[in-house]
Amino acid sequence: DYLSMNSSRCAACKYLRKRCPSECIFSPYFPPNNPQRFACVHRIYGASNIGRMLQQLPVYLRAEAADCLYYEAQCRIENPVYGCVGMISTLHQQIFSAQEQLAKVQAEIALINNAYTQQESSQFQQLDGLLSNLNNF
Amino acid sequence: MGGNSPCASCKLLRRRCAKDCIFAPYFPSDDPHKFAIVHKVFGASNVSKMLQELPVHQRADAVSSLVYEANARVRDPVYGCVGAISYLQNQVSQLQMQLAVAQAEILCIQMQQEPAMPTPQTDVPDEKSFLLQHNLPQYLNYTSSTTSSNVISDSFKRETLFGHDMVS
Repeated sequence: DYLSMNSSRCAACKYLRKRCPSECIFSPYFPPNNPQRFACVHRIYGASNIGRMLQQLPVYLRAEAADCLYYEAQCRIENPVYGCVGMISTLHQQIFSAQEQLAKVQAEIALINNAYTQQESSQFQQLDGLLSNLNNF
Repeated sequence: MGGNSPCASCKLLRRRCAKDCIFAPYFPSDDPHKFAIVHKVFGASNVSKMLQELPVHQRADAVSSLVYEANARVRDPVYGCVGAISYLQNQVSQLQMQLAVAQAEILCIQMQQEPAMPTPQTDVPDEKSFLLQHNLPQYLNYTSSTTSSNVISDSFKRETLFGHDMVS
Protein backbone atom coordinates (compact mmCIF):
# COMPACT_ATOMS: atom_id res chain seq x y z
CA ASP A 1 0.00 0.00 0.00
CA TYR A 2 1.14 3.55 -0.72
CA LEU A 3 1.49 4.46 2.97
CA SER A 4 4.12 1.82 3.69
CA MET A 5 5.91 2.63 0.43
CA ASN A 6 6.16 6.32 1.30
CA SER A 7 7.20 5.86 4.91
CA SER A 8 9.58 2.93 4.45
CA ARG A 9 11.91 4.40 1.83
CA CYS A 10 15.49 4.38 3.02
CA ALA A 11 17.50 7.60 3.23
CA ALA A 12 19.31 6.80 -0.04
CA CYS A 13 16.18 6.28 -2.11
CA LYS A 14 14.58 9.32 -0.53
CA TYR A 15 17.61 11.41 -1.45
CA LEU A 16 17.77 9.97 -4.97
CA ARG A 17 14.00 10.31 -5.34
CA LYS A 18 13.37 6.79 -6.42
CA ARG A 19 11.42 3.79 -5.33
CA CYS A 20 12.93 1.76 -2.50
CA PRO A 21 12.62 -1.93 -3.39
CA SER A 22 12.49 -4.63 -0.72
CA GLU A 23 16.01 -5.81 -1.61
CA CYS A 24 17.45 -2.26 -1.70
CA ILE A 25 21.23 -2.45 -1.06
CA PHE A 26 21.24 0.77 0.95
CA SER A 27 18.22 0.42 3.20
CA PRO A 28 19.72 -1.70 6.04
CA TYR A 29 22.59 0.79 6.42
CA PHE A 30 20.97 4.12 5.59
CA PRO A 31 17.75 4.33 7.58
CA PRO A 32 15.32 7.16 6.78
CA ASN A 33 15.80 8.77 10.19
CA ASN A 34 19.40 9.71 9.34
CA PRO A 35 19.39 11.54 6.01
CA GLN A 36 22.71 13.25 6.75
CA ARG A 37 24.54 9.91 6.82
CA PHE A 38 23.68 9.11 3.23
CA ALA A 39 24.14 12.68 2.03
CA CYS A 40 27.66 12.59 3.46
CA VAL A 41 28.80 9.34 1.79
CA HIS A 42 27.07 10.27 -1.45
CA ARG A 43 28.95 13.55 -1.56
CA ILE A 44 32.32 11.81 -1.35
CA TYR A 45 31.83 8.44 -3.01
CA GLY A 46 28.61 8.70 -4.98
CA ALA A 47 25.63 6.42 -4.63
CA SER A 48 26.62 3.99 -7.37
CA ASN A 49 30.11 3.47 -5.89
CA ILE A 50 28.64 2.88 -2.43
CA GLY A 51 26.12 0.44 -3.82
CA ARG A 52 28.78 -1.40 -5.78
CA MET A 53 31.17 -1.62 -2.83
CA LEU A 54 28.45 -2.96 -0.55
CA GLN A 55 27.21 -5.38 -3.20
CA GLN A 56 30.70 -6.89 -3.51
CA LEU A 57 30.81 -7.76 0.18
CA PRO A 58 29.17 -10.66 2.00
CA VAL A 59 26.06 -9.46 3.82
CA TYR A 60 27.48 -9.86 7.32
CA LEU A 61 30.31 -7.40 6.55
CA ARG A 62 28.23 -4.67 4.94
CA ALA A 63 27.18 -2.83 8.10
CA GLU A 64 30.80 -2.47 9.20
CA ALA A 65 31.83 -1.31 5.72
CA ALA A 66 29.02 1.26 5.59
CA ASP A 67 30.09 2.65 8.98
CA CYS A 68 33.71 2.94 7.84
CA LEU A 69 32.74 4.62 4.58
CA TYR A 70 30.64 7.10 6.57
CA TYR A 71 33.53 7.77 8.95
CA GLU A 72 35.99 8.35 6.10
CA ALA A 73 33.52 10.54 4.24
CA GLN A 74 33.05 12.67 7.35
CA CYS A 75 36.81 13.01 7.75
CA ARG A 76 37.12 14.08 4.11
CA ILE A 77 34.39 16.70 4.47
CA GLU A 78 35.97 18.09 7.64
CA ASN A 79 39.46 18.02 6.12
CA PRO A 80 39.14 18.33 2.35
CA VAL A 81 42.91 18.15 1.74
CA TYR A 82 43.95 15.15 3.86
CA GLY A 83 40.73 13.43 4.94
CA CYS A 84 41.35 10.65 7.45
CA VAL A 85 44.93 10.32 6.21
CA GLY A 86 45.64 13.42 8.32
CA MET A 87 44.63 11.44 11.39
CA ILE A 88 46.93 8.57 10.40
CA SER A 89 49.79 11.03 10.09
CA THR A 90 49.05 12.53 13.52
CA LEU A 91 48.87 9.09 15.10
CA HIS A 92 52.25 8.13 13.63
CA GLN A 93 53.73 11.26 15.21
CA GLN A 94 52.14 10.46 18.57
CA ILE A 95 53.53 6.92 18.46
CA PHE A 96 57.01 8.15 17.62
CA SER A 97 56.95 10.72 20.40
CA ALA A 98 55.59 8.22 22.96
CA GLN A 99 58.24 5.66 21.98
CA GLU A 100 60.94 8.28 22.48
CA GLN A 101 59.63 9.21 25.92
CA LEU A 102 59.29 5.57 26.91
CA ALA A 103 62.84 4.75 25.85
CA LYS A 104 64.10 7.72 27.88
CA VAL A 105 62.24 6.69 31.04
CA GLN A 106 63.26 3.05 30.68
CA ALA A 107 66.89 4.09 30.29
CA GLU A 108 66.61 6.14 33.48
CA ILE A 109 65.14 3.17 35.33
CA ALA A 110 67.97 0.94 34.10
CA LEU A 111 70.47 3.55 35.24
CA ILE A 112 68.98 3.84 38.72
CA ASN A 113 68.66 0.08 39.12
CA ASN A 114 72.21 -0.42 37.92
CA ALA A 115 73.63 2.10 40.35
CA TYR A 116 71.44 0.77 43.14
CA THR A 117 72.47 -2.83 42.47
CA GLN A 118 76.14 -1.89 42.56
CA GLN A 119 75.61 -0.09 45.84
CA GLU A 120 73.51 -2.99 47.12
CA SER A 121 76.04 -5.65 46.19
CA SER A 122 78.92 -3.80 47.83
CA GLN A 123 76.83 -3.32 50.97
CA PHE A 124 75.85 -6.99 50.96
CA GLN A 125 79.51 -7.88 50.72
CA GLN A 126 80.21 -5.74 53.76
CA LEU A 127 77.31 -7.38 55.57
CA ASP A 128 78.57 -10.83 54.59
CA GLY A 129 81.98 -10.01 55.96
CA LEU A 130 80.48 -8.72 59.19
CA LEU A 131 78.31 -11.79 59.71
CA SER A 132 81.08 -14.24 59.04
CA ASN A 133 83.22 -12.40 61.60
CA LEU A 134 80.44 -12.75 64.13
CA ASN A 135 80.11 -16.48 63.35
CA ASN A 136 83.78 -17.00 64.01
CA PHE A 137 83.27 -15.85 67.57
CA MET B 1 51.46 22.96 -25.49
CA GLY B 2 49.59 21.38 -28.39
CA GLY B 3 49.97 17.74 -29.25
CA ASN B 4 50.62 16.60 -25.67
CA SER B 5 49.48 13.09 -24.94
CA PRO B 6 46.32 12.91 -22.82
CA CYS B 7 46.73 12.55 -19.06
CA ALA B 8 45.97 9.22 -17.41
CA SER B 9 42.45 10.36 -16.49
CA CYS B 10 41.44 11.43 -19.95
CA LYS B 11 42.98 8.27 -21.38
CA LEU B 12 40.86 6.14 -19.06
CA LEU B 13 37.75 8.23 -19.57
CA ARG B 14 38.39 8.31 -23.31
CA ARG B 15 37.94 12.01 -23.73
CA ARG B 16 39.91 14.92 -25.03
CA CYS B 17 42.50 16.19 -22.58
CA ALA B 18 41.99 19.94 -22.51
CA LYS B 19 44.79 22.39 -21.77
CA ASP B 20 43.20 23.25 -18.43
CA CYS B 21 42.30 19.65 -17.59
CA ILE B 22 41.94 19.53 -13.81
CA PHE B 23 43.44 16.05 -13.56
CA ALA B 24 46.46 16.49 -15.83
CA PRO B 25 48.93 18.00 -13.28
CA TYR B 26 48.32 15.14 -10.83
CA PHE B 27 47.69 12.12 -13.02
CA PRO B 28 50.46 11.89 -15.59
CA SER B 29 50.00 9.39 -18.42
CA ASP B 30 52.93 7.25 -17.24
CA ASP B 31 51.02 6.13 -14.14
CA PRO B 32 47.62 4.87 -15.24
CA HIS B 33 47.08 2.87 -12.05
CA LYS B 34 47.01 5.98 -9.88
CA PHE B 35 43.93 7.42 -11.56
CA ALA B 36 42.33 4.03 -12.08
CA ILE B 37 42.24 3.39 -8.36
CA VAL B 38 40.79 6.76 -7.30
CA HIS B 39 38.25 6.49 -10.09
CA LYS B 40 37.27 3.05 -8.86
CA VAL B 41 36.68 4.18 -5.28
CA PHE B 42 35.58 7.80 -5.57
CA GLY B 43 34.62 8.25 -9.22
CA ALA B 44 36.12 10.77 -11.64
CA SER B 45 33.39 13.39 -11.22
CA ASN B 46 33.67 13.31 -7.42
CA VAL B 47 37.46 13.68 -7.61
CA SER B 48 37.05 16.54 -10.07
CA LYS B 49 34.53 18.26 -7.76
CA MET B 50 36.81 17.83 -4.73
CA LEU B 51 39.80 19.27 -6.58
CA GLN B 52 37.81 22.21 -7.92
CA GLU B 53 36.80 23.12 -4.38
CA LEU B 54 40.44 23.39 -3.30
CA PRO B 55 43.02 26.10 -3.98
CA VAL B 56 45.57 24.95 -6.53
CA HIS B 57 48.47 24.73 -4.07
CA GLN B 58 46.58 22.13 -1.99
CA ARG B 59 45.49 19.88 -4.79
CA ALA B 60 48.64 17.76 -5.01
CA ASP B 61 48.36 16.81 -1.33
CA ALA B 62 44.66 16.11 -1.74
CA VAL B 63 45.37 13.77 -4.66
CA SER B 64 48.04 11.95 -2.64
CA SER B 65 45.68 11.39 0.27
CA LEU B 66 42.87 10.28 -2.04
CA VAL B 67 45.21 7.77 -3.69
CA TYR B 68 46.25 6.52 -0.25
CA GLU B 69 42.64 6.11 0.86
CA ALA B 70 41.63 4.44 -2.39
CA ASN B 71 44.51 1.95 -2.09
CA ALA B 72 43.55 1.21 1.51
CA ARG B 73 39.94 0.67 0.49
CA VAL B 74 40.90 -1.71 -2.32
CA ARG B 75 43.27 -3.67 -0.03
CA ASP B 76 40.65 -3.83 2.72
CA PRO B 77 37.15 -3.44 1.26
CA VAL B 78 35.51 -3.51 4.69
CA TYR B 79 37.66 -1.23 6.86
CA GLY B 80 39.80 0.74 4.41
CA CYS B 81 41.84 3.39 6.24
CA VAL B 82 39.78 2.98 9.39
CA GLY B 83 41.57 -0.32 9.99
CA ALA B 84 44.91 1.48 10.11
CA ILE B 85 43.49 4.24 12.34
CA SER B 86 42.09 1.69 14.75
CA TYR B 87 45.38 -0.18 14.92
CA LEU B 88 47.42 2.99 15.46
CA GLN B 89 45.09 4.32 18.16
CA ASN B 90 45.53 1.01 19.95
CA GLN B 91 49.31 1.37 19.74
CA VAL B 92 49.14 4.90 21.15
CA SER B 93 47.04 3.72 24.12
CA GLN B 94 49.40 0.86 24.83
CA LEU B 95 52.45 3.11 24.69
CA GLN B 96 50.84 5.70 26.94
CA MET B 97 50.04 2.97 29.44
CA GLN B 98 53.61 1.66 29.32
CA LEU B 99 54.86 5.20 29.80
CA ALA B 100 52.62 5.74 32.83
CA VAL B 101 53.82 2.47 34.37
CA ALA B 102 57.46 3.35 33.77
CA GLN B 103 57.04 6.84 35.25
CA ALA B 104 55.32 5.36 38.31
CA GLU B 105 58.19 2.92 38.65
CA ILE B 106 60.69 5.77 38.73
CA LEU B 107 58.70 7.55 41.42
CA CYS B 108 58.58 4.33 43.41
CA ILE B 109 62.31 3.83 43.15
CA GLN B 110 62.97 7.43 44.10
CA MET B 111 60.73 7.21 47.15
CA GLN B 112 62.41 3.99 48.27
CA GLN B 113 65.78 5.64 48.00
CA GLU B 114 64.81 8.69 50.06
CA PRO B 115 66.93 8.87 53.23
CA ALA B 116 65.03 7.68 56.36
CA MET B 117 66.11 10.80 58.29
CA PRO B 118 65.94 14.18 56.62
CA THR B 119 69.48 15.09 55.61
CA PRO B 120 70.70 18.46 54.38
CA GLN B 121 69.86 18.48 50.70
CA THR B 122 72.59 19.40 48.29
CA ASP B 123 72.01 19.73 44.56
CA VAL B 124 73.45 16.56 43.12
CA PRO B 125 73.59 16.53 39.34
CA ASP B 126 75.21 13.08 39.20
CA GLU B 127 72.78 10.33 40.19
CA LYS B 128 75.54 7.83 41.10
CA SER B 129 77.21 10.06 43.67
CA PHE B 130 73.80 10.70 45.25
CA LEU B 131 73.37 6.99 45.88
CA LEU B 132 76.92 6.54 47.20
CA GLN B 133 76.24 9.23 49.77
CA HIS B 134 73.95 6.78 51.58
CA ASN B 135 76.21 5.12 54.11
CA LEU B 136 75.56 1.68 55.57
CA PRO B 137 73.68 2.50 58.81
CA GLN B 138 71.05 4.50 56.91
CA TYR B 139 70.57 1.62 54.53
CA LEU B 140 70.06 -0.82 57.41
CA ASN B 141 67.61 1.58 59.07
CA TYR B 142 65.37 1.64 56.02
CA THR B 143 61.86 0.23 56.38
CA SER B 144 58.77 0.97 54.34
CA SER B 145 57.18 2.76 57.25
CA THR B 146 59.83 5.45 57.28
CA THR B 147 58.45 7.05 54.13
CA SER B 148 56.59 9.63 56.15
CA SER B 149 54.46 12.25 54.54
CA ASN B 150 57.24 14.78 55.10
CA VAL B 151 59.68 12.76 53.08
CA ILE B 152 57.19 12.26 50.25
CA SER B 153 56.25 15.92 50.05
CA ASP B 154 59.92 16.89 50.20
CA SER B 155 60.77 14.63 47.31
CA PHE B 156 58.17 16.33 45.18
CA LYS B 157 59.30 19.80 46.16
CA ARG B 158 62.97 19.48 45.37
CA GLU B 159 64.50 18.57 42.06
CA THR B 160 64.56 14.93 41.16
CA LEU B 161 67.72 12.93 40.61
CA PHE B 162 67.82 13.89 37.00
CA GLY B 163 67.20 17.56 37.41
CA HIS B 164 63.86 17.71 35.66
CA ASP B 165 60.29 17.27 36.64
CA MET B 166 59.27 13.63 36.33
CA VAL B 167 55.74 14.33 37.43
CA SER B 168 54.23 15.80 34.32
